[in-house]
Amino acid sequence: MIPEFGQLALALALCLALVQGTVPIVGAALGRADWMALARPAAAGQFVFVAIAFGALEYAFLNDDFSVLFVAEHSNSALPVFYKATAAWGGHEGSMLLWIAVLAVWTMAVAAGSRSQPQEFASRVLGVLGIVSAGVIAFAFITSNPFTRLIPAPADGNDLNPLLQDPGMIFHPPTLYVGYVGMAVPFAFAVAALLTGRLDKDWARWTRPWTVVAWLFLTVGITLGSWWAYYELGWGGWWFWDPVENSSFMPWLMATALIHSLAVTERRGIFKSWTVLLAIAAFSLSLLGTFLTRAGVLISVHAFASDPTRGLFILGLLAIFSGGSLLLFALRARNFEAEGGFKLVSREAFLLANNILLVVAAGLVLFGTLAPLIVEAIGLGKISVGPPYFNLVFLVPAVPLVALIGVGMHTAWRTMPGDALLRRVRVPAIVAVAIGVVAPFVFFDAASVLTVLAVSIALWVCASSLLDPVRRLVQRTGAPLTRGQVGMCLAHFGVGVFMLGATVTSAYNFERDFAARPGDRIEAGGYEFVFNGVRSVPGPNFVADEGEFELRDEGELLAVLKPQVRVYQVQQQPMTEAAIDSTVLRDVFVALGEPLGDNAWSVRLRVKPLIGLLWLGSGLMALGGLVAVTDRRYRVAVRKTEHATAQPAPGAA
Amino acid sequence: MRTLTWLLSSWLAFAGCALAVDAQEGFDDPVLNERYRALIREIRCPKCQNESIAESDAPVAADLRREVRRLIAEGASDDEIKTFLASRYGEFVLYRPRLTPTTLAIWAAPFVLLGLGGLVFWRIVAARVNQPLDEELPP
Amino acid sequence: MWRYVLPLAIFVGIAALFGVGLTINPNHVPSALLGKPVPTFSLPSVTDPDDLLSTQTLAGRVSLVNVWGTWCVECRHEHAFLVELARAGLPIYGLNVKDDRAAAIEWLSRLGDPYVTSGFDPDGIAAIEWGVTGAPETFLVGSDGTVLYKHISPLTRGVWERDFLPLLEEHCGPADCPFLAAVGGP
Repeated sequence: MIPEFGQLALALALCLALVQGTVPIVGAALGRADWMALARPAAAGQFVFVAIAFGALEYAFLNDDFSVLFVAEHSNSALPVFYKATAAWGGHEGSMLLWIAVLAVWTMAVAAGSRSQPQEFASRVLGVLGIVSAGVIAFAFITSNPFTRLIPAPADGNDLNPLLQDPGMIFHPPTLYVGYVGMAVPFAFAVAALLTGRLDKDWARWTRPWTVVAWLFLTVGITLGSWWAYYELGWGGWWFWDPVENSSFMPWLMATALIHSLAVTERRGIFKSWTVLLAIAAFSLSLLGTFLTRAGVLISVHAFASDPTRGLFILGLLAIFSGGSLLLFALRARNFEAEGGFKLVSREAFLLANNILLVVAAGLVLFGTLAPLIVEAIGLGKISVGPPYFNLVFLVPAVPLVALIGVGMHTAWRTMPGDALLRRVRVPAIVAVAIGVVAPFVFFDAASVLTVLAVSIALWVCASSLLDPVRRLVQRTGAPLTRGQVGMCLAHFGVGVFMLGATVTSAYNFERDFAARPGDRIEAGGYEFVFNGVRSVPGPNFVADEGEFELRDEGELLAVLKPQVRVYQVQQQPMTEAAIDSTVLRDVFVALGEPLGDNAWSVRLRVKPLIGLLWLGSGLMALGGLVAVTDRRYRVAVRKTEHATAQPAPGAA
Repeated sequence: MRTLTWLLSSWLAFAGCALAVDAQEGFDDPVLNERYRALIREIRCPKCQNESIAESDAPVAADLRREVRRLIAEGASDDEIKTFLASRYGEFVLYRPRLTPTTLAIWAAPFVLLGLGGLVFWRIVAARVNQPLDEELPP
Repeated sequence: MWRYVLPLAIFVGIAALFGVGLTINPNHVPSALLGKPVPTFSLPSVTDPDDLLSTQTLAGRVSLVNVWGTWCVECRHEHAFLVELARAGLPIYGLNVKDDRAAAIEWLSRLGDPYVTSGFDPDGIAAIEWGVTGAPETFLVGSDGTVLYKHISPLTRGVWERDFLPLLEEHCGPADCPFLAAVGGP
């Protein structure tokens, strides 16, 4: 019964979303306050029913209801309880329900937080979110219903994919979705502005914190995915430029550009069409990611079971949302043009360069991801475009971008004398280059030009980000830094840390596969590994071959590493669990391969210097965003506009 | 990247190489080993869901790794190895698309896009430089 | 003015690409040998080590080269149809890959031997020359010694009629394919 209630709730949510998506927008056009006022109740109702639907699915999982097809495909009675709960998003249908649930939460947040906004604007925002919700719920209902029954019900389920039975699986999808789906919010604001025909600094100031929150969740989500792949997949890699990974990275790049474009719009009232376009692009790329993951157009380890029917439906959604908003943009954006001058050496110019480079980067990733499809579509055969291409090509916009971050932070608005800028930045620049040129040789004996360049730039951004905070700390003069400024410094510092980690771990990682017998001592990567053999170890729903390795440095025992090869009871596929010894300076990574006969096993050893900086850098970026969002001006502005809320203006659609 | 990994080998020499323990899936010589590791990351497993033969557990991936080792041991260059595999399995198995008239656009893309970006930057700045700066308003 | 339309135009292009993309199967990788001569290889026969299956054996006639192994579960699904094709007079050669000789001989005697000869390739060396990624795979070789087609997954009557027959009808000269009368289409 409960799954049927869930299905009913989903149907009701669809109805409410349709109401939410049409009536308030029409009401804003006609100036009807009562129609506009339907937006919040409709959103609230939709949220309630979506919550019921999601709850019903979780209920089915937690009660081992294998008469529900999705539960039978992705769960098992022996599955530990927390994985039963997370299995709800372990497959296509359930993950779409998660998408819908996350969107409902965002909608509620916007509904609650928009009370201070003029009604004709807020109703349009909620209306757009309603259209998006309706489209996605319809998609789930028609092509991907998680509540479909399986009659007769099997005795037990297929079990969750062992790769997904991991703590990372609990946090990565929801966090990623909060970010990914959250791009619908600035999208809704942008479309509402296009519909209203007005976009001013207040709009930017209101949109920016929502964008930053979505962005920071996306940052955390992508980082979790990368970290999870690193320790879970057993190969020591952390980014594969896989189409699905690229699908989450492109919205991130656009959202970063959007945040910076909003800064200019908020301050000077210019770059309005840029900002609107970036908001539309960020969400469109999110949808594009949803398409690529589920339509079976590109091959990926991440792809859900593909189905051209689903692909066609999502393509239809893309046409409506992206095509529709871009059409609106083509018709209306020219009304936003505004005057506002700046010189070449100015913060506006640097932010413009920053955004162009980010858009170029996103464009390159998109082009590289779609290139094999294009080549095949025009009949020129099948090629592959993979990490060797992306790693090389991405540097073209990325290196100048990161280098410019360090300079742009210290520019003044409108104009600044070039020598004043140089004077501000020369100390951190000199220090960074000095260390960057010397350090790789000191620590690693050899370095290429590219490595030296990248390390120097990374250190430069770190030093440049700390310049203002340190100066104010030391000199104790001038106004204290606002949270917005602290957040900015923190986030940019995080970029430098990340780049340092990425450069060093790519340039200096050690990897080697060995065949080892019990008792062997292997010298590799600057350490000694003593292999003590493999024994069988049982788990809750698997049996593992567990190897034991002593990690020694010049005889001294640093750690005992126990990698496993697990065979899960139901799916019977072997799965590697690597053993990692992490310190601030490096990860030592050991994974078991397969038995080679005669007591020998193949063993994979990796030493990855400074890989921890990847996670630390990303974390700092997200933290910087969080600090910036709590800036006074967002909280003060809310109070100000609350007083200023007036009657809805006559419809200006 | 290849120069990077090549230079890395000197670090490896200091770090010490494996003792002669049946290094089944690699080479004792650090230079050859680095070439091998770099190559297998660039070859796509023809039967997997977007994995290189370095990462894949599939039997065909193990066979292809063995072929790469054999060809390196016989003294073939990286290009010759890639040609060997591509002529049997198609260009599909090369993650780094080889430069041909078809792929020219793919390799030119970064420079074309950067150039376009530069053009856009210049046009916008040129227009804005001539506009009034307007006064500093209170925040 | 046109710069406001540009994003929409780009989007339409991408959407059209996706529309086409939905009709393509990304997992289908055509063989690199299509239109090229049969690769150079030489294998002893599974049943009789003195007998050889090599490039020369395939010369001058239309034939199928079928990749199989006793470890391959899906190969059983196509075996009966292969026997039927062989009875109709179509020469079929086997590539027995990564297998145990005794098991292979037992399989052939138990399930029937559709092959003129089966090459024994325990290490998969010849398989690499053919660009084989697994089993079952079937190559259509023309009388001029070129590879006309490769099919991955079991060869069923449906696949035969849809993919192989049209090529055969196009390729076969008057006397090349006597078996066509027996296994031709509906």
